[in-house]
Amino acid sequence: MPKLLCNRRVTALLAISVLLTNTVLAKVIHSERSLYRNILVEDKGDTRCLKFNVKSNNTRQSCLFKSKPQQLVFNYTKQLLAGLLINPKPERILIIGLGGGTMSNTLHQLLPDSQIDNVEIDQSVIKVARQYFGFIENENIKTFSQDGRVFIKRALLRKQAYDWIILDAFDGDYIPEHLMTKEFLIEVKDLLTEQGILTANTFSSSELYNYESATYKAVFGDFYQVVNKDNSNRIILASKSASLPKLDKQTSSLAQHKKLSHLAEFFQVIGVDSKLLYKNMTSTDQHQDWPAASPVLTDQFSPANLLKIDSD
Amino acid sequence: MQTSKQAINYLNLFIYLLAFSSGFSIMCIELLAGRILAPFFGSSVHIWGSIITVFMLSLALGYLLGGKLSTSAVSITRYGFIFIFAGITLIPIVTSSTWVMENIFLAIEDSRYGSLLASTILFFIPTIILGMLSPYSVRLLVKNSNESGQVAGRLYFVSTLGSALGTIITSFYLVLWFNIDTIVITVSIVLCLLGLCAIVWDKVNARVKKASVSGDISHA
Repeated sequence: MPKLLCNRRVTALLAISVLLTNTVLAKVIHSERSLYRNILVEDKGDTRCLKFNVKSNNTRQSCLFKSKPQQLVFNYTKQLLAGLLINPKPERILIIGLGGGTMSNTLHQLLPDSQIDNVEIDQSVIKVARQYFGFIENENIKTFSQDGRVFIKRALLRKQAYDWIILDAFDGDYIPEHLMTKEFLIEVKDLLTEQGILTANTFSSSELYNYESATYKAVFGDFYQVVNKDNSNRIILASKSASLPKLDKQTSSLAQHKKLSHLAEFFQVIGVDSKLLYKNMTSTDQHQDWPAASPVLTDQFSPANLLKIDSD
Repeated sequence: MQTSKQAINYLNLFIYLLAFSSGFSIMCIELLAGRILAPFFGSSVHIWGSIITVFMLSLALGYLLGGKLSTSAVSITRYGFIFIFAGITLIPIVTSSTWVMENIFLAIEDSRYGSLLASTILFFIPTIILGMLSPYSVRLLVKNSNESGQVAGRLYFVSTLGSALGTIITSFYLVLWFNIDTIVITVSIVLCLLGLCAIVWDKVNARVKKASVSGDISHA
């Protein structure tokens, strides 16, 4: 978002926001009712957020710092980048669930030659991402307004494959239940290249946790989890290969890493602490924190939203 | 005289119960339709557009056909057969929906028309038949033209109440407890059993009537 940076009004606002620090009032600068939800763009000091609802707090979908648009605001978006520790140079990336397009922008910054396909069901979200969040699109970055599952099925028919699939289609209020089932995850797995990985931004609480974990395990075997205590999100990191790629936790400094050294500077720029990222990653082959007998979600049985209510 | 009046009331109650079940089944299946189509056609708004369109169209046709069918040789037995037929036509939803949707998915790129065709193939026929039951029930219940409005009103009340319950029970609880296929099969079995009950009822009633008529004759 270099345009915004040069914008004088924004700089003025920034100055004010620095003065007032925490007492800045949130201001809705855009709101619309899409086919699926209410969309709000809210400015609060230096932070601009895309929200899908007003009242609840856990619906901040996508945020950016207007003064430093390249920095990632949310822990979960940072956690998603754990995928890069396993697969540092993905050439074809698929993102399901666009939000403000911050993930796509960030990855494009790091991997300008990689191809990124964004899939978002809601045309209005795409429009808002373009207008208010500086969502970049070019010959390498494409956007498809389509249901994620349908896109993946069609991509399989076209014999496409991705090195990295990012599943970020769940907002705090509603879960598309057909994107949680065993059948869906098998389709995702089939769409991955041999070294390909999936990172999914999902839930860390509620009864759904057990069901979801069991489903991922049934399809991918053991996987990594990136958790964060002050956040209700967790990231599931699964790979197509039968054995989970090893993490070299000893070399916690990226710069010392041969394959990962190029990430070090980038992570610093976008505000990601790689040490913390490593620390928060656990593998389910060492620590499985759900009952082994948990039922698997299938296309026949996927009451994800009801399971989430039950324990809220 | 008293006993025969009582018997008629029971029969009416039974018909209302059947109408309730048909209303329940229609909405239960309609709600599941969204789930059945989602793996192939997604959960975009137009999927519900396809489903509701097909259900409304087939109900409209069902009302027309049911009304027509009730003009000649009306009987509880026939009514029961409609139920059984409805139950049977639900079975392909369980046995062949994946195959049907796979083929449509391959043939039609646009998920709007894909979902429209899929819901037509899967739900059109059973919903027509379930729709036929409403006018047929009215025909069975109405004894004189004076009360026809009241009877029709009561029947709509009962069957729409069934639809409301079918919607809420399916979406709140059934999907949490059972597989989709299990629910569809259960609805199918219940419809067939209710139809069978109606047929048996008719047979027994006919025999009782015959006996009482011959009894009357022997008394005379």
